Amino acid sequence: MRTLGLLLLLLISLVPAKAETLITSLSNHRVLINSNYTGTQIAVFGAIERDAQTVARATGFDVVVTVRGPRQFLTVREKERLGPVWINQEQQKFPTAPSYLGVLTSRPIAEITSDQLRQRQKVGLEAIVNSTDFTPQRNGADRPFREALYRLKAQEGLYLEDERGVTFLTPDIFRAGIPLPATAPPGNYEVDVTLFADTVILARTSTNFELVKTGFEEQVGAVARDWSLFYGLATAVIAIFFGWLANVIFRRD
Amino acid sequence: MPVSVLLILGMGAAVGFISGLFGIGGGFLMTPLLIFLGIPPAVAVATQSAQIVASSTTSVLSALRRDALDHKLGAILVAGGFVGSALGVWFFAAARRAGQLDLVIVISYVTLFTVVGSLMLKESIREFWHRRKGGTVRLRRKAGEHAPYLGWPLRMRFYRSKLYVSVIPILGLSLFIGFAGALLGIGGGFIVVPALLYVFRVPTNVVVGTSQFQIVCTTLVALVLHAVTNQAVDMVLAILLIVGGVFGAQFGARMGRHLRAELFRFLLALLLLAVGLRFGLELVLQPKEPFSITTQEVRT
Repeated sequence: MRTLGLLLLLLISLVPAKAETLITSLSNHRVLINSNYTGTQIAVFGAIERDAQTVARATGFDVVVTVRGPRQFLTVREKERLGPVWINQEQQKFPTAPSYLGVLTSRPIAEITSDQLRQRQKVGLEAIVNSTDFTPQRNGADRPFREALYRLKAQEGLYLEDERGVTFLTPDIFRAGIPLPATAPPGNYEVDVTLFADTVILARTSTNFELVKTGFEEQVGAVARDWSLFYGLATAVIAIFFGWLANVIFRRD
Repeated sequence: MPVSVLLILGMGAAVGFISGLFGIGGGFLMTPLLIFLGIPPAVAVATQSAQIVASSTTSVLSALRRDALDHKLGAILVAGGFVGSALGVWFFAAARRAGQLDLVIVISYVTLFTVVGSLMLKESIREFWHRRKGGTVRLRRKAGEHAPYLGWPLRMRFYRSKLYVSVIPILGLSLFIGFAGALLGIGGGFIVVPALLYVFRVPTNVVVGTSQFQIVCTTLVALVLHAVTNQAVDMVLAILLIVGGVFGAQFGARMGRHLRAELFRFLLALLLLAVGLRFGLELVLQPKEPFSITTQEVRT
């Protein structure tokens, strides 16, 4: 009887008290972009619901929104000096790197939670890029490659962290704008919203949206991938046609 | 690829003008320019081949009308060129997988351009010198004198070119041109023409037509192979390059008729050396960003 009581107590302490619930919604679940697309934003709205027993927290809430684009197999290479020339030598593979990675927070991420929790739960861009399953570890040799991936992707606007990206409209309702640059690849984007209070995770939701390219360029791209022989022949025919046209137009005899 | 449409059209026209001026394909200029613009070398090389097809089609058609084409020699060149092209595209894909494609392209350009450029420069300066001294340009051709490899087995008679030579060196030349063309996005006219003229002594009136015929055929194969194996052909970019190039070339050709031959060869040599040097610098100077990312596959 006593052991059963202890076990019950243990179980209760293991199950987190579900005091707050998080409800989120995206402004769009499908983004259509055409060839003159210059970038857009998707809005995430969220509300925090407290059940009757929970008292209001003194510190207030923090929200971290993490957006991951379709995965890519990336190779990062480093040019090194070999004799007089610079050539690609070392390389590091990133088998499932997200093509797009956006982290939006309501406050600088270092203030929201501790280093250890960020590393463990992969909260924040740095924690994600430095996580152990992101790329094979090679006793520190992988570090410059992780940094380079981050730097190069950030230059393209594809990896970003915005510490003022989430705005609280009221203490319980927030909104965040996910910026999608023109270079964002089509595919499925996962949106994870994590609710923090006083450095601990209270709740998490996950949703997603799809980026779909439409229009002429995308159709051409699809043909180039799926019908490559036809595409090559078509390009050849176009080239010959133009050559013939020029010959006819500029005929000298 | 966010590159301005007008810029590409303008570049196509400018390169077309130069190619018309010098009577060359222009691929060797356009491909480096595209690479300097930031277009991935793979796409630049593969797409440029479409432009080469277009410009060579124009010259082959007018050569056909003037009957300035040796069909038999052309066919032999094409046969070797096909094999070379296929090898080139295969090598291109292999180098791309190994992550060394950029290096291969840059080194090949540096070597090719410095060698061909300095040979031409030397030749044109010597020619210029002779003319200054008042003498006529000495033709180094002597009757009955042939390089020994022209007499190798498998000799064949080419009536139109007044040739009776071994097929082996011709196949070797076209194999090399096909390979270099597929790898570097050049037609190779600036190598084939001098080779046919000076090494095989093909009469001048059939040289250009025949070499252009070979270029059209091999580049066509390279284009389709690039599209299938590397999927690096960009049709929109190709059309822009073609439109710019085709018209630029016509105006260049008109200009070219007023240019003196040795001055023209001198300018072309300088141009080749400059492009070669520019590539060489890229290789030797410390890169601002030593790291680069390549996408191997997209997982959705």
